[in-house]
Amino acid sequence: MTLGKELRVHPIRDGTVIDHINAGQAMNVLKILGITGSSSAVISVAMNVSSQDIEFKDIVKIENRELKDKEVDKISLISPNATINIIRDFGVAGKHRVELPEMVESMVRCANPNCISNTNEPVKSKFEVKKDPIRLRCIYCEHMITENIAEHLL
Amino acid sequence: MTNDCRHILSMKDFTKDEIDFILERAVKLETLARGGRSEILAGNILALLFYEPSTRTRMSFETAMLRLGGSVLNLGSKEASSVVKGETLADTIRVISTYSDAIVLRHPSEGSARMAAEFASVPIINGGDGAGHHPTQTLLDLYTIKKESHLDNLDIAIVGDLKYGRTVHSLAYALSIYGANITLVSPPQLKMPDQIKGDLKAMGARVSETENLEEVLDSVDVLYMTRIQKERFPDPTEYNKVVGAYKITGEHLENVREDMIVMHPLPRVYEIDSSVDDSTHARYFEQSFYGVPIRMALLTIVLGVDV
Repeated sequence: MTLGKELRVHPIRDGTVIDHINAGQAMNVLKILGITGSSSAVISVAMNVSSQDIEFKDIVKIENRELKDKEVDKISLISPNATINIIRDFGVAGKHRVELPEMVESMVRCANPNCISNTNEPVKSKFEVKKDPIRLRCIYCEHMITENIAEHLL
Repeated sequence: MTNDCRHILSMKDFTKDEIDFILERAVKLETLARGGRSEILAGNILALLFYEPSTRTRMSFETAMLRLGGSVLNLGSKEASSVVKGETLADTIRVISTYSDAIVLRHPSEGSARMAAEFASVPIINGGDGAGHHPTQTLLDLYTIKKESHLDNLDIAIVGDLKYGRTVHSLAYALSIYGANITLVSPPQLKMPDQIKGDLKAMGARVSETENLEEVLDSVDVLYMTRIQKERFPDPTEYNKVVGAYKITGEHLENVREDMIVMHPLPRVYEIDSSVDDSTHARYFEQSFYGVPIRMALLTIVLGVDV
């Protein structure tokens, strides 16, 4: 048996496993979490892994960290089927699927350069979230972001 | 409280019943709009905050307020105000709210009116926000169609810049509420965006497209012309070709429906020849006047005065 050798990523003691990330979005998830090359955290990233539910998926494991609500909401915008597994002492202490919020505030920059939310006015960007497929509608200028949402994340 | 104010920001905020209510109110006020003065809004002050040039919108709001017995405060030029000192629009709105009972705002940024409504303690009327909305123009267009043609079972051709033109998007949206049969006439590079066409169809409009203006002339009740701006064309020869193809002259009107009307939000440049002005079909100057009763109606509504 070669099962042990096939294990690509070691289990973690405490932390978070973000599973079922849309294939190709793992690096954007790291960006959302503020994880750069200079972070000291132990991170495992698996990309384009075959999966039963979706053809391919990405997985991110972060040791000694649990995610904030805002981070989970941002991940939902680029990977609406992602699941968050909270790991404590090698066991799954909590598991839930991300939920797409109806409205996001201060998370996304409007793609319309002439939108009032892109000026020095004291306003937070606000977007209405539409599903299937995910589209973000700016509540100020009504510009719709339909693709490459990760590029517009604040 | 901000949320208690009735703002006029986008046509998308209105139901058909609300639009009909505004149009009916304008009918009641039209005689007064044509001359005279009342005390309906006596004691009320309207602030006009125009960060961009305007002739018709600004002056017709001023006329509307004066005919209703109210007073008008003008921002004047941007250079003479605190705008040059870098004051935010949000602060300006908060301050002007304490000087006036309602504010008309024209601003170059899209979404500015909606943001202003968050900071205002009086009603905000959107007088045009960049390439965004211009709801009072749409309402006066609807009023013109109602008065000079008919809103139900309407066949309308909307001609010109359908890609960037802010008035046509709002107008087409509002006409969809009335189930209009809309023909979009434009050069290929200025077609209405697919997303907007999809919205119109979903709302019940029948929408078709053509590049040939002459093809539709004899089958519409309303011919709505718009200006094609030179800056949309990198190549001047291309612009000249397009402008020529989307211009109407007296000759074009020979076989049109007897009661067909020609509208234009003005200012026009080349798209309507002056030979059309004296025809029985021209309505663009009347359309411009209808801005007064419509704005009178809106002022009475946002200020909560019954007529």
